Amino acid sequence: MNDVSKNQPNKGRKLSRRHLLGGMAATAAAVLLKQSSGQVIQAGLAKDSLLLQDPTKVLGPLPSQLGDRSPFEQPVRKPSDTSSRTPLQDLYGTITPSDLHFERHHGGIPAIDPHKYELLIHGMVERPTVFTLADLKRFPSFSRIFFLECSGNFRSGKEQLTPQDICGLTSQSEWTGVMLATLFREVGIHPKASWFLAEGSDAAVMTRSIPVSKGMEDGMIAFAQNGEALRPAQGYPARLVLPGWEGNTNVKWIRRIEVSDQPFMTREETSKYTEQVGDKVRQFSFVMDARSVITFPTFPAVVHKGWIEIRGIAWSGRGKIARVEVSTDAGKSWQPAQLQEPVLDKAHTAFRYLWQWDGKATEIMSRAVDDTGYTQPTLEQLKEARGANMGGYHVNSIISWQIKGDGSVLLRPENIR
Amino acid sequence: MNILRNAYLRPFGGCRLLLCFTLSLLLWGCNEKTTADALETKGWPEQFGLGKPATEQQVAAWDIDVRPDGKGLPAGAGTAVQGRAIYAAKCASCHGNTGVEGPFNHLVSSDTSKAKTIGNYWPYATTLFDYVRRAMPFNAPGSLTNAEVYHLTAYLLHANGLVDSTSVMDAQTLPKVVMPAQQLFVPDNRTGGAQIR
Ligand code: HEC
Repeated sequence: MNDVSKNQPNKGRKLSRRHLLGGMAATAAAVLLKQSSGQVIQAGLAKDSLLLQDPTKVLGPLPSQLGDRSPFEQPVRKPSDTSSRTPLQDLYGTITPSDLHFERHHGGIPAIDPHKYELLIHGMVERPTVFTLADLKRFPSFSRIFFLECSGNFRSGKEQLTPQDICGLTSQSEWTGVMLATLFREVGIHPKASWFLAEGSDAAVMTRSIPVSKGMEDGMIAFAQNGEALRPAQGYPARLVLPGWEGNTNVKWIRRIEVSDQPFMTREETSKYTEQVGDKVRQFSFVMDARSVITFPTFPAVVHKGWIEIRGIAWSGRGKIARVEVSTDAGKSWQPAQLQEPVLDKAHTAFRYLWQWDGKATEIMSRAVDDTGYTQPTLEQLKEARGANMGGYHVNSIISWQIKGDGSVLLRPENIR
Repeated sequence: MNILRNAYLRPFGGCRLLLCFTLSLLLWGCNEKTTADALETKGWPEQFGLGKPATEQQVAAWDIDVRPDGKGLPAGAGTAVQGRAIYAAKCASCHGNTGVEGPFNHLVSSDTSKAKTIGNYWPYATTLFDYVRRAMPFNAPGSLTNAEVYHLTAYLLHANGLVDSTSVMDAQTLPKVVMPAQQLFVPDNRTGGAQIR
């Protein structure tokens, strides 16, 4: 692990004294002080003064209410005006820490009082009903690990991009909530109902139309993520989650579900989240196709001749990852990578491939194959299938990294147009 | 033939395309054992009796969506002339004096503007009313009256060359506005498997 961290952007960065002090100002460590009463209490002590000492010769902080990251580890999201990206290259395993889960919202993060929260289900149902958060939590609950990914999750065009820049709009959590099927059963959904509208209570009052079949299959109203209540940026206190479907359909801060027999044609399923394919516009392209990305070694890592474990994640919105193949000769030949068990349905799956680099310039890349037999395509193949004017949604093409003779690693840039 | 109208608006209308679409919706569920298993309702009561019946007032207060067939459109009417003045006061700062200057989304398409927007990309005029009422202006969402939204809708449809300057937009006329891009829209045909689409 240590070796890898040296090659990863946030890990190997030398921590300057100033840097440490900056990160530390707000979080003074505690030391034990004996009061005159004889009671032992904790008192603040700047962490860097602890760091200057031999840790075996000084008593460390006592247990506390909330844990912090080590000041040496500073993975951060990369925010823009409309989204923030998960630092895929800094993560281990497949669960994204909740505070690093990607964000994409259309009207900022609303502040919602959980005691006033209500979910209204109406339309083609026998019993239009309002559920409080407490009501939702009283139903039989369900937990499941799966990824979310924004369908606009693709950047390229220059060499100096990290996995976070390229496709950081995907993250994975264990979600807990009540199955939509349970709620639909409770309100008596009409047998002819075919679509429902999911509406958020953010400033965009964001809406998407979803087929009832998906809601019944595995849709969930989630109120928890990775063992705790949802984070505000992830829809607190409750959101819709639809395993394998494009992020935008997983409506956050959900306040209303209207059951219907037709889609509502909202702005986010007409003007946006649709893509030009040939001379047509593809709509309701819900499922995220199989994709993989190498997360090490990637820009800005520098590698050395010898053994390198190529690592990454692969996922498919249609099912399980069947295999991941890695090429270390610019796509001429492909070798199977090892998959980390358990391989879950519609979930980020870690892969590894042990490679002995001879020090000559080359390109490495990975491609995912899912259990429907779908193979992650190249960008050229996508362009061929979708036409020169293809849009920027659902671009899941193979990502290729140049390994230079001096060991530097750079993205091989490509352009949609 | 208007594919979308048939496929989406009359879901049980018997058109062949629609049948495929409905079938593909059903097929989505096929390989999925996970949840069917998880939702083992054996031993469950018919109803848990949780939640409160929704009152009509509560539904009315929240039910702001507008469907392509016009369901959900409120009373009222608007014209481009009145919409122009409201646009200048409440929208132009972000979308430009004539809807093409930015800084945010272009709202008018023309021969010179390549932006995909209302005139050349939006398939339904009702979406414009629905979206502006719920989400705009960006810095004061939900602040417009229904009359203002009708006026703005009329103005933006006219600016995009879709209705003339004297057209009155209301619950009857808005769903009938012909949107040229509607015929371009097709449902997703990706299915997994060997094909790349
Ligand atoms: C403070 C800036 C601001 C103001 C004022 C504003 N908008 Fe917007 N508008 C935006 C932004 C930003 C978006 C994109 C939002 C998104 O993508 O989630 C947008 C999107 C839109 C869209 C959708 C465009 C598309 O292509 O999908 C329409 C229509 C629109 N605005 C109409 C209006 C109208 C009408 C007004 C005046 C009542 C208005 N806006 C006022 C910032 C503004």
